[in-house]
Amino acid sequence: MKRSTRRRLTRGALYAVFAVAVLAIILAADWQAIRTNFFDLEVAATAFPEIITIAAKNTILYTAIAFTGGLLLGLIFALMKLSPVLPYRWLATAYIELFRGLPALLVIFAFAFAVPIAFQWRPPGGSAGAGLIALIIVSSAYIAETIRAGIEAVPKGQVEAARSLGMNPAWTMLTVVLPQAFRIITPPLTNELVILIKDTSLLFIAGMALGDRELTTFSRDALTSQANATPLVLAALMYLVITLPLTQLVAKLERHNKRGR
Amino acid sequence: MIAVARSTAAASAASTAVPAIEVRQLCKTFGTNEVLKGIDFHVDQGEVVCVIGPSGSGKSTLLRCVNRLEEPTTGTILVEGVDITDGETDLDKVRTRIGMVFQQFNLFPHLNVLQNLTLAQRRAKGRGKKEAEDVARRNLAKVGLAEKADAFPAQLSGGQQQRVAIARALSMDPDMMLFDEPTSALDPELVGDVLEVMKQLAREGMTMMVVTHEMGFAREVGDRVVFMDGGVVVEQGKPEDVLGNPQHERTRGFLSKVL
Repeated sequence: MKRSTRRRLTRGALYAVFAVAVLAIILAADWQAIRTNFFDLEVAATAFPEIITIAAKNTILYTAIAFTGGLLLGLIFALMKLSPVLPYRWLATAYIELFRGLPALLVIFAFAFAVPIAFQWRPPGGSAGAGLIALIIVSSAYIAETIRAGIEAVPKGQVEAARSLGMNPAWTMLTVVLPQAFRIITPPLTNELVILIKDTSLLFIAGMALGDRELTTFSRDALTSQANATPLVLAALMYLVITLPLTQLVAKLERHNKRGR
Repeated sequence: MIAVARSTAAASAASTAVPAIEVRQLCKTFGTNEVLKGIDFHVDQGEVVCVIGPSGSGKSTLLRCVNRLEEPTTGTILVEGVDITDGETDLDKVRTRIGMVFQQFNLFPHLNVLQNLTLAQRRAKGRGKKEAEDVARRNLAKVGLAEKADAFPAQLSGGQQQRVAIARALSMDPDMMLFDEPTSALDPELVGDVLEVMKQLAREGMTMMVVTHEMGFAREVGDRVVFMDGGVVVEQGKPEDVLGNPQHERTRGFLSKVL
């Protein structure tokens, strides 16, 4: 058999298998049950407008707070990890390794329940506030490592050029190293942001007040009260509406940044 | 008017007494590798000294020690009479007086040309935005790139980038310039423009220490040529002597390979 003929036959067989699988699913699936349980328009209508005005809004708000806090704290620990002062390096390493090694869920439990019991202190913002502190801490540990890697990826000649011009270490870091480091780490930082968007769903276990609920908590409540999965589908769509433009935006930024490099 | 002229002359007479750069018994080791073995070296004010030698001879390390981008292991380095190996010396302040040009240009890729030239003026010299930009534009014009103020480094050729780097160093109004193989990373057809800018600087009386492989430049522009090999100064003197009538076997061996 000729090589090209064999290739055509293999390709044809792959298409055939795919078509058969799709057909089997179409025939076997209970479309009625799927439609009434996952795509019920009446149930969907009851979720509005709160799923936007409360749930989606809170998901975005929590992500923004956790990411901003994580960036600031992460920057501090990244600089500490690169510090010439040994105890600073130890502290930063311990912090980063500890919170990268723990499940976010456990840290949220600690701040939402253990800390208030132990110290008779409730973090501001109630359960949501406590959970956010935990998210900030966990994300800062990952972001610190990302920023450190970015700083180390800036060529040594850049620092030498700045120092040879008489700029002190602080100005060199601020105006020469960090701007270039953040360009380098834009992709992993976005990844961090998208993960954080999804991790705000973990706040669910902190026990959220009605107005504090984010998408997952909100849709889970609706799922229980209506005994219907449509709210979950809606929440899923909301998450995608938030994350997809973000990944597109970053792809655009990267193309833009290439020009300046 | 006469008084001014006289005091300027007196000042320059006094300053020529102190070398711009004086290096005494400089040793530098990287791990077990002894790169500089007791170097004595100086550059007088207004003098153009070209340092030549095979790769690994320690000439770049010597140059980088002069503004302490490399930490000397032992020895003393005086810049305009100030001991920069002394821990009490304000190194950042001394560095604003020493312009440095790198083999790889090292322009800041995230800033445009004008910002490259104004950044250190503002952050290290405390100049205002207006003054820094005026100085920057003047120096850009000097290297023939006035129209590139808004360009980013990546949009320039290697030769243009190196001329911007020279303008960046000049914008600090340095007393002396260090050149670390400034044309080695350039395509041959781009070398000429950079050398032309350096010649112009030399004509204006700038104190220059140039580590280079451009023997033509050393012969034409250098007041003195220093030949280094194996971490020591083998021979130095007028360019026509060192390049035209070398006294040492090692110098002859090196020159026979590069000329």
